Amino acid sequence: MRGSAALASGLAAGAAGGRIVRADSAAGQPPNVPDWSRYLGSGVDAAPYGAPSPYESEVVRRNVPWLTATPESSVNFTPLQDLHGFVTPNGLCFERHHGGVAEVDPADHRLVIHGLVEKPLVFTVDDIRRFPPVSRFYFLECAANGGMEWHGAQLNSCQYTHGMVHCVQWTGVPLKTLLAEAGLKPKAKWLLAEGADAAGMTRSVPLDKALDDCLVAYSQNGERLRPEQGYPLRLLVPGWEGNMWIKWLRRIEVGDMPWHTREETSKYTDVMADGKARQFTWAMDAKSVITDPCPEKPMRRQGYHPITGLAWSGRGAIKRVDVSVDGGKNWHTARLDTPVLSKCLTRFYLDWNWSGEEVLLESRAMDETGYVQPSIVELRKVRGENSIYHNNSIQTWLVNASGEVENVQIS
Amino acid sequence: MFKSHRAVVFAGALAVAVVASAAAMGGERYGLGQTASPELIAGWDIDVRPDGQGLPTGQGTAAGGETIFVEQCASCHGEFGEAVGRYPVLIGGGDSLASPDPVKTVGSYWPYASTLWDYIHRAMPFGDAQSLSVDETYAITAYVLYLNDLVAEDFVLDRNSLPKVVMPNRDGFIAEDPRPDTPAAEPCVSDCKTEAKVMFKAKRLDVTPERESD
Repeated sequence: MRGSAALASGLAAGAAGGRIVRADSAAGQPPNVPDWSRYLGSGVDAAPYGAPSPYESEVVRRNVPWLTATPESSVNFTPLQDLHGFVTPNGLCFERHHGGVAEVDPADHRLVIHGLVEKPLVFTVDDIRRFPPVSRFYFLECAANGGMEWHGAQLNSCQYTHGMVHCVQWTGVPLKTLLAEAGLKPKAKWLLAEGADAAGMTRSVPLDKALDDCLVAYSQNGERLRPEQGYPLRLLVPGWEGNMWIKWLRRIEVGDMPWHTREETSKYTDVMADGKARQFTWAMDAKSVITDPCPEKPMRRQGYHPITGLAWSGRGAIKRVDVSVDGGKNWHTARLDTPVLSKCLTRFYLDWNWSGEEVLLESRAMDETGYVQPSIVELRKVRGENSIYHNNSIQTWLVNASGEVENVQIS
Repeated sequence: MFKSHRAVVFAGALAVAVVASAAAMGGERYGLGQTASPELIAGWDIDVRPDGQGLPTGQGTAAGGETIFVEQCASCHGEFGEAVGRYPVLIGGGDSLASPDPVKTVGSYWPYASTLWDYIHRAMPFGDAQSLSVDETYAITAYVLYLNDLVAEDFVLDRNSLPKVVMPNRDGFIAEDPRPDTPAAEPCVSDCKTEAKVMFKAKRLDVTPERESD
């Protein structure tokens, strides 16, 4: 008591003596001088790698436990609703594993290229990192992104309806450089890429694609690949379904026909309404989604609100994105933020004033091939409801009068 | 000492010049990596194609595979391939592919028996991959085919007989990608439709995982 009284009188005396007097904080406002403005913070190296602010702890990957039998053969989702720009932070890139994360010691890892080549080769990871490097931005999308929505609106979340996509800057060596090193034989037409994980993930890749823009990557966003993204080596198949981007890449066999592996027959094939299945549907067609507002980002007030979202196409660059606030009756061309890169996420914005009424928000992407993102009604008409994969339809968010946002499908 | 270090640097510069000229001549080889010996490749090359390429010498029957299946596979797939929980079902589903609820099993969906051998050998049992012998793999493959009424109990599966097993859905796949398969015309921008009626609402299903903070 005495102490605090003395302190109070001391402060008053101090003020009288010409020292700083702090005005009271304005009503409803934080302190004029918060603790972090007075006391020293942590020194350097308190966190040698660094981590997001603890106040951003909600920004994490999440999964849907009922989707799969085990977490080792499962998927989680990128929190698109919390991201800005078009680059995904490494720790937020969605994961899809078929036999868990292989924790690979690069010293014990090799990449073998054999089959229809002049000179079969085995590379150490250091060998691969010595080739002339290139760095490229590419999105990676799981073929099953949106797969739960074929029968109707199911998951009430932007993260769960669209979060099986991410976009990073990859660094690696063009696959054609490695194939030239081994020398292709004339009959070479296909590659088999194999991972070192417990699923022994394998996919057949046509040689034309391999020689076009495939890379063997060892870094993402400036640092080495994360273990869950395939450390130390990953095949990149730009614009094509993520399952082909073999992680923990350990072997490439060159052949003259596809292998028809489990992941290109039993899985990642698209059953049509007549029971026939499309098999080699590799490219990810143009798609977009509004990431704010969305179910996780409700409207908190009327008035100005920039609608924002992401668009991408596995067949090239995004040409235009239209946004509708009336369920597709009328469309307004959104502003594309730069850079707009081929086979890459593209950020779009539309200035909007919300009147407080119920609205139906949609975005519609077009790519440089002239392709227009379809509605779910159009997709169902052609493919039925059981294809699981390649749902690139227009997403509808219903904003109700209280600002809550819901995943819906409309006529 | 200092002098010899400089000599090494100079030699390095020469090597760079040689690589650059080789690339310019279309060689595009960097001399990285080592020749992979046939022994190394033999140890790594485990894939199998529908034409039988890659199938090793060995054999097995469904009769022999049953015990191994019950021990190694049934905890997830069930004793008869009917599956436990959400693990993949291996049997049944015939004539279901065009129905509202396709059941995609080895018998109803898989186009090639080689895929079954390849996948069991490389990835099964789940959590103990590449632990099965060649003969065990033939035997389990034969048992799964037998469960689907595709081979007899005493059918000897080996590198010659396996590629000849014709799977029911062999012709059920379309190799060519028919996309784009939706309208590509310049899209409508105003008065595109008179009504936008909500047909489905996600909240009605209520299957979205809740956040811990919710």
